[in-house]
Amino acid sequence: MQLAIALVDCNNFYVSCERLFQPQLEGKPVVVLSNNDGCVVSRSQEAKDLGIGMAVPWYQLQDVARKHGIIALSSNYTLYADLSNRVMSLLSQFSPDQEIYSIDESFIDLSGIPADLTDYGQQIRRAIRQCVGIPVCVGIAASKTLAKLANHVAKKQPYYHSVCDFNRMTDAELNILLDAIEVGEIWGVGKRSTARLRTMGIHTVLDLKHASPMCIRNEFSVVLERTVAELNGVACLKLEDVTPPRQQIICSRSFGSPVSSLPDLGQAVIAYTARAAEKLRDQHSIAGGIQIYIRTNPHKINAPQHQQSILIALPEPTDDTRQLCHAALSGLRQIYRNGYAYQKTGVMLTAIIPATDRPRTLFDDIAAQHQSSALMTTLDHINRRMGSGTLRLLGEGVKKNWAMRRGNMSKRYTTEWRELAVCRG
Amino acid sequence: MQSIFHSGRHNSRGLLSLVHPNKELFQRQRALLRGTIPAGFPSPADDYVAGHLSLDEHLIRHKESTFFMRVAGVSMRGVGIYDGDLLVVDRAIPATHGCVVIAVVDGEFTVKQLLHMPEGPVLRAAHPDYPDQLIKPEQDFSVWGVVQWNVHKV
Repeated sequence: MQLAIALVDCNNFYVSCERLFQPQLEGKPVVVLSNNDGCVVSRSQEAKDLGIGMAVPWYQLQDVARKHGIIALSSNYTLYADLSNRVMSLLSQFSPDQEIYSIDESFIDLSGIPADLTDYGQQIRRAIRQCVGIPVCVGIAASKTLAKLANHVAKKQPYYHSVCDFNRMTDAELNILLDAIEVGEIWGVGKRSTARLRTMGIHTVLDLKHASPMCIRNEFSVVLERTVAELNGVACLKLEDVTPPRQQIICSRSFGSPVSSLPDLGQAVIAYTARAAEKLRDQHSIAGGIQIYIRTNPHKINAPQHQQSILIALPEPTDDTRQLCHAALSGLRQIYRNGYAYQKTGVMLTAIIPATDRPRTLFDDIAAQHQSSALMTTLDHINRRMGSGTLRLLGEGVKKNWAMRRGNMSKRYTTEWRELAVCRG
Repeated sequence: MQSIFHSGRHNSRGLLSLVHPNKELFQRQRALLRGTIPAGFPSPADDYVAGHLSLDEHLIRHKESTFFMRVAGVSMRGVGIYDGDLLVVDRAIPATHGCVVIAVVDGEFTVKQLLHMPEGPVLRAAHPDYPDQLIKPEQDFSVWGVVQWNVHKV
């Protein structure tokens, strides 16, 4: 039986979320900016039509923005995450097997569903549009790689009305479509591979589909050989319903304004370590090491530059925020240098193992371990119930000189009682 | 539990009366405390504990499509929707003739009764000062969701 894998992808997701609660943005060019209002991370169709590219730094767009009245919003991840959860939960009702691929994309397995799948895709689209107010496109095909491309076609070609099913096409029809898509659009084919494929005369998706798997394997990798198989309708990648526990947990951010003092840097390091530790406990793991890095702004060519990182091994693997922060701060003190304007700091937890595999030694302080785990469980419980950051180490500081810049952030309409949308009565 | 309150009876008189100078109130509260102390016998109701009632369960039929909104204005007073009230809005419910909806008119949210009239959709307030509003074809108009409940502080 031929598989039917659907990729459901939200259109201009962040902008669509903003428009749901600010309907006056409908029909206008809107962009959402990354943390610290740095780069464009989501664009409305109107903004795309004005030639605004993805990931372009906002300061380079000031003139175009003023001329065309482009509205720029700071990213409101609290809102996006809530609406994403609603979309994913609805989608799970359409299929027994779902892989949430990113905040705005999900694979679902539609194999064996006794319906015309194009109609079914339209049903999915209507349900999400009506219930959550987010427009989506649906691509259906025999493999994940093809489903991604089907979604690409659904999005770009109005003829398909946002739902494209490769499985119902003849080979000839499908090949015409694939011949019109550049090879770089394929899932997992990066810039470098694209350039090399071009030198081998492989320019379009169809070219790669017809390439010799053996030759691709020798020239590139098993991974790309698998992509060739997937393009030929042989599913090699399964839906992953559970993401495997991460081997590294990173938490890093740029500062709203440059930071020079050790105490301010320390606050940021503690805040990021606390967040990373939370993620670590979420996946029931413990970490054996923590890496800290700091750097100045590399784009400020005339300013003195310094960047350094250091890996601190923990005396024993732990998930205790206090021990991790202690190690992080001792690392920071070793790499910090006075007189530099630091722009970014980050922490990375490494040597991660499942908490159940904690090595036992003769000198383990069992009582202290129990106390620590009780404290961390309580901390996470309170923060989950009362909102993230309700209970935190004082070391994070109260007045955060280093906090992110978010000049034009919308309200948290769905998660804060004081920020609900208002209607005229 | 029992022992705490036994000793409390002797020691807490001074302490409690500091907080409650009102002697009568104090006496009543002490009686109340005494009444609720489990004194060693297991409660005969223990086997019948059935969790608690959740308002979410009562007010939210579809969790994915339900949103809350705050009311500003008095135009829906006649149907019991007042300034500052909290509306439970479900986007999954079809907007049939006569239901109270959140509509978007020219980019702004408004709560009104929706009427499907031959000449077009009409938004009706529930207040003598607000006339019916017939939506003209050139106006930006959509129904955002259907109001299911109003949470009003008495």
